[in-house]
Amino acid sequence: MKHLLSIDDLSVDQIGAIFETAAEMHDVQTRDVKKLPALRGRTVVNMFFEDSTRTRSSFEIAGKWLSADVINVSAKGSSASKGESLRDTVLTVCAMGVDGLVIRHPASGAAHQVSQWVDAAVVNAGDGMHEHPTQALLDAYTLQRHLGSLAGRHVAIVGDLTHSRVFRSNVLCLTKLGARVTVVAPPTLMPSGIDPWSRDVGFETSYDLDAVLPEADAVMMLRVQRERMSGAFFPTAREYTVGYGLTRNRLALIGPDVPICHPGPMNRGLEIAADAADAAQSVVLEQVSSGLAVRMSVLYHLLAGEEA
Amino acid sequence: MPAPAPGRTVLDPRDIGRALTRISHEILERNKGADGLILLGLHTRGVPLARRIAEGIAAVEGTPVAVGELDVTMYRDDLRSQPTRRAHKTQLPASGIDGKVVVLVDDVLFSGRTIRAALDALSDLGRPAAVRLAVLVDRGHRELPIRADHVGKNLPSARSERVSVRLAETDGVDEVTIA
Repeated sequence: MKHLLSIDDLSVDQIGAIFETAAEMHDVQTRDVKKLPALRGRTVVNMFFEDSTRTRSSFEIAGKWLSADVINVSAKGSSASKGESLRDTVLTVCAMGVDGLVIRHPASGAAHQVSQWVDAAVVNAGDGMHEHPTQALLDAYTLQRHLGSLAGRHVAIVGDLTHSRVFRSNVLCLTKLGARVTVVAPPTLMPSGIDPWSRDVGFETSYDLDAVLPEADAVMMLRVQRERMSGAFFPTAREYTVGYGLTRNRLALIGPDVPICHPGPMNRGLEIAADAADAAQSVVLEQVSSGLAVRMSVLYHLLAGEEA
Repeated sequence: MPAPAPGRTVLDPRDIGRALTRISHEILERNKGADGLILLGLHTRGVPLARRIAEGIAAVEGTPVAVGELDVTMYRDDLRSQPTRRAHKTQLPASGIDGKVVVLVDDVLFSGRTIRAALDALSDLGRPAAVRLAVLVDRGHRELPIRADHVGKNLPSARSERVSVRLAETDGVDEVTIA
């Protein structure tokens, strides 16, 4: 494995290996000394051309706990804001002897393009509306810890599908691991062309959240990405919540042991009510600690061995 | 029945049993009992060996001794020269290792680099009162100043020879061969 650009790049065995190592990395979080020497002498650059708190911090801590030297470059405050092209920015940074490049960019396909330009291992930390593979891995890893094997388990993914890279990576990952996936969204936020894709990948679509929730073994809520919306996709926030929010009333439709996921940041009161976000079955914070373990594992698999 | 390993058998099941019984007694004698003792098996075959030694100690002392598993993958100094290795589980007894006498248990002592990695791993996990080393086979060729405290069999070998330890728990049979 040279890069991690898409869940499609991974076999089921490779996902299993990432999860196996992540389980060991998880234990490191409970130690007094949260440090492993596996990536000593390696340099990882986090290049974030979009705002991020959890993903960037998560990759930063993951790299540091593996003893890599980690630096962060963001669009604001870097030469990118002076008009330097992505290619020049990336090549400049990589000329400093970088081993791993974690990149987030608003353009779909940016990480793939960068991987063509550099020798460093490239990790896609979110490219536009395309993919966010480590988020999907951490979601599946979290659900596996709660549900055991995902084979045959029913996962509902609910919300703004059109603008969601998390949804795209998650359907690929969950279906690859044998889960049954139903995606739920209002018609205006259901991506065009989803029908042939859903047939190819093997997942279901629905506009009726109340019908799907009682059957779900896990519920994954997605953020309404207002910053990516150029037009009006629903009349009012209230209307969206009534139709597709995980409200207090809907919480009663799902079993008490059904994990509730949200990749964050949450719009409380819009796609998820505080009652659901803070419910005992909510695994939102666990996703964050799982994310750290999974990203440590991904960096380890990409950078520790001889192929890196 | 597993296929026989190539080469000459140097330890059969009875030899291995005797060696582990002797190591159990040596550990007890050196520690003056089983108090504060923790056996940490190094993956892969050190783990069942540690369990067997613990059983031997329990049979003599009448009280169980704490056993754990230690994986040193992340601490190896050859990570960059090999394909990515899968990590195994590190599992310490609930009491932790602080102030305890930790006996590392492994199947073969060779270059000493695995034990170097284990010592580094231990220092990240706590501060034992003392660390000792028990191995089933010491085949020599040390690359670091490391010496075992308890040895099942000293086995002079050429560097080019291959020493294979197979155990019932992992391989279906107990034997040590050299080829």
